[in-house]
Amino acid sequence: MDAIDLILTNINYIGALALFLIGLRIVVLHSNLIKRIMGINIMGTGVFLFFVAIGNVENGTVPIVGNDTNPVFINPLPSVFILTGIVVVVSITVYSLSLVIRIYENYHTIDQKELSKMISEENNEH
Amino acid sequence: MNDIIIKNITRIVIPFAQVYGIFIILNGHISPGGGFAGGAIIGTSLILYTLVFGREKGEKKFSHKMSEIAESGGIMLFISIGILGMITGGYFLTNIEAGFPTGELGSLLSGGFIPLLMIGIGIKVASTMISLFNLLIDEEK
Amino acid sequence: MKKYMVDGLLIILFILFVIGIFDMPTEASLNAPAYNEVVLHYVNQGAGETNASNLIAGILADYRGFDTLGETIVLFVSVVAVGSVLRTSKHDHEVNENE
Repeated sequence: MDAIDLILTNINYIGALALFLIGLRIVVLHSNLIKRIMGINIMGTGVFLFFVAIGNVENGTVPIVGNDTNPVFINPLPSVFILTGIVVVVSITVYSLSLVIRIYENYHTIDQKELSKMISEENNEH
Repeated sequence: MNDIIIKNITRIVIPFAQVYGIFIILNGHISPGGGFAGGAIIGTSLILYTLVFGREKGEKKFSHKMSEIAESGGIMLFISIGILGMITGGYFLTNIEAGFPTGELGSLLSGGFIPLLMIGIGIKVASTMISLFNLLIDEEK
Repeated sequence: MKKYMVDGLLIILFILFVIGIFDMPTEASLNAPAYNEVVLHYVNQGAGETNASNLIAGILADYRGFDTLGETIVLFVSVVAVGSVLRTSKHDHEVNENE
């Protein structure tokens, strides 16, 4: 069938999209701050998979020059960009986790609904 | 942790993991891998040591001062290789025209300055991972 | 109740995005729009100019070495940022008293 053929050719992109939407569901539905940060990390992983899947070439090999004569290489450029992107996502995750530690020391809860109640009560007192 | 099985298995596994990490860093220009993956493996082995044996013993093996030197030393190695390229009359970070030795394709000593850059990146990534872990699990008494 | 509404909206979004993916030029061949003349230069002359077998390491460290320098600076700044949030001045005062 034509539809199943189309799905099987683009299976990498559909998997990356599924990872992105799973991460989005985690951020929207849970109210625990640490679960939301992990959801943002999963969304980032989905975007990386989408970007790397652009460089695929059918029957292509790893881009390492050996003793073969004229092989067909896959596109090396998206992988190079994603190496830098992974480091940025890791440092953003670590920074937001350290902010959650300071929030807990100050308010003694990491639930988002109780936090907004406490902060609006503080603002009403002033 | 006071479990005797975990302590003995960790003592056996950590040297093998570090040798594997150094192998991946040094063969960055021949096989897949490079500085970032090898540095992450060495950093993970140091985190494992701190997790199993406690904070004080981890502080003795890899102290705060050594991680300060490693963090700054990684970037200084990078910049000094770049300035070496500028001194011998090219632009910042030239490879073969600045006189770095080239070998034959596929041997360990090929590629100009690429192994040196991979070593600098690997040291920096390992030191970043252990510094971030020590900062996150520090408790105020 | 809210869970089922969110699930339904996400499934509709998934179907819309998949219909959009079927319109993208995603053929995995050498005529893909992402395989342009820059990549052809890197693949054909990369091993000769950089003298490295691994093309990805050659691109990272030789052709685009400045981006790698910027990335190590990002790693350094992340350690400084986490240190500024988590080490209060009271902790450093205690450490200086004990030394």
